[in-house]
Amino acid sequence: MFDLSLLGKAVIEGDNEEVKALTEQAINANVDPLVIINEGLIGGMNIVGQRFKVNDMFVPEVLMSARAMNSGIELVKPLLAGGEMTNKGTVIIGTVKGDLHDIGKSLVAMMLECSGFKVVDLGTDVSPEEFVAGIKDNNGQVVALSALLTTTMLAMKSTIEVLQESGLREKVVVMIGGAPITQDFADQIGADGYAGDAAAAVELVTKLLN
Amino acid sequence: MLIVGELINASRKAIGEAIKAQDVEYIQKVAKDEFEAGANYIDVNAGIFVGKEPEYLQWLVKLVQEVVDCPCCLDSPDPKAIEAALSVHKGTPMINSISLEKERYDALLPVIAGTDLKVVALCMSDDGMPETMDARLKIAEKLIGGLVKNNVPIENIYVDPLVQPLSVNSSFAVEFINSVEAIMTQFKGVHTMCGLSNISYGLPVRKFMNQAFAIMAIAKGLDGLIINPLDKMMMASLVTAEALAGRDNFCVNYLKAFRNKQFDFLG
Repeated sequence: MFDLSLLGKAVIEGDNEEVKALTEQAINANVDPLVIINEGLIGGMNIVGQRFKVNDMFVPEVLMSARAMNSGIELVKPLLAGGEMTNKGTVIIGTVKGDLHDIGKSLVAMMLECSGFKVVDLGTDVSPEEFVAGIKDNNGQVVALSALLTTTMLAMKSTIEVLQESGLREKVVVMIGGAPITQDFADQIGADGYAGDAAAAVELVTKLLN
Repeated sequence: MLIVGELINASRKAIGEAIKAQDVEYIQKVAKDEFEAGANYIDVNAGIFVGKEPEYLQWLVKLVQEVVDCPCCLDSPDPKAIEAALSVHKGTPMINSISLEKERYDALLPVIAGTDLKVVALCMSDDGMPETMDARLKIAEKLIGGLVKNNVPIENIYVDPLVQPLSVNSSFAVEFINSVEAIMTQFKGVHTMCGLSNISYGLPVRKFMNQAFAIMAIAKGLDGLIINPLDKMMMASLVTAEALAGRDNFCVNYLKAFRNKQFDFLG
């Protein structure tokens, strides 16, 4: 019997080599590939998210854990029937028009991916029209908007307006985040939710989709 | 070392509320505290007030200069806000900031061209945020070239090489401080300055890392900082770092700081 908690622990420790070795062992012990991913790898990453949220782990550690988790997933992926992982939902993410800040948005994208969501990252300086196209092309259920400047916050509002005009607003959940963003602002512009950090973003998406 | 006091920024909660409530007394107290602690410029920012920024920025400049004889650092990318603030400002302010992003560059250049305004030139372009020294140098070269061609003396330019968080890339601090050195070497007469808090994003004990980073950047030639001048440990570290970097003849400033009791917090 393979102990999946060891795999989770290696993910938490960000130990790339150990994760690879344990994933191989789990595969050889005929553990269901989806169980390896969901209970071992993502299971470990969930703890990382929780500890990150309470300032018990920090960004570089989260990045190390994510790298280790992905090394494990790469090994398991070829064994999945049809190559498909469980998809908890498809998130279209990007930094709004006029804003070039990448880091916070990418951390959120990474945490979502590590939690089992499919993430389509449109990058920075993304126009409302590009968000619309992104949702349509990928059948997105969630749109996550990032803005780091007081000057670009308003582009979130115009993005939501364009979603409305193109008839997509009711079909997607809109969440926003970034240094100057508050819950008040989210309410003002008619977003469905606001998250203060990457771990909170994962919780928010999970809540909004249920 | 040029110190810009960063506290009067609307995105700080207490200041945002004071602006909203038009609390003259509080804003003026912060300005006085910053000036007395050694700020050479008082940064003023009303960026969160969409539509009202020009009015509020002008108001902040008036308030600050009523109580301290000190120029302001006008912190806005909006030429309307800058012009409103300039119309009441006494002395020569600093503009924070122009960048190579086309819209911002085209909007602010006419305000700055041919004047004796000091200007922060932020290393950012429409291609995104530079991560390496080479990327920063390319942007700095265009910014400095463009400003000088438009009759801004190089001595009035403060290049901000753009601090990026160490937590996401272990080489981000080194790329930054190497950029400071390269910019100061290649463009004689220009200055460099930056804020610090980005470096420690995503890490604990941020204050400590900000301070160590400042000291390392000063060693490479950084000669301006946007900081909280009420942070005694930081201010003492800066004067010490400048002396160690060989920019304090006969340790005059270091000793002055000692006699002004700037090290007394050490007990």
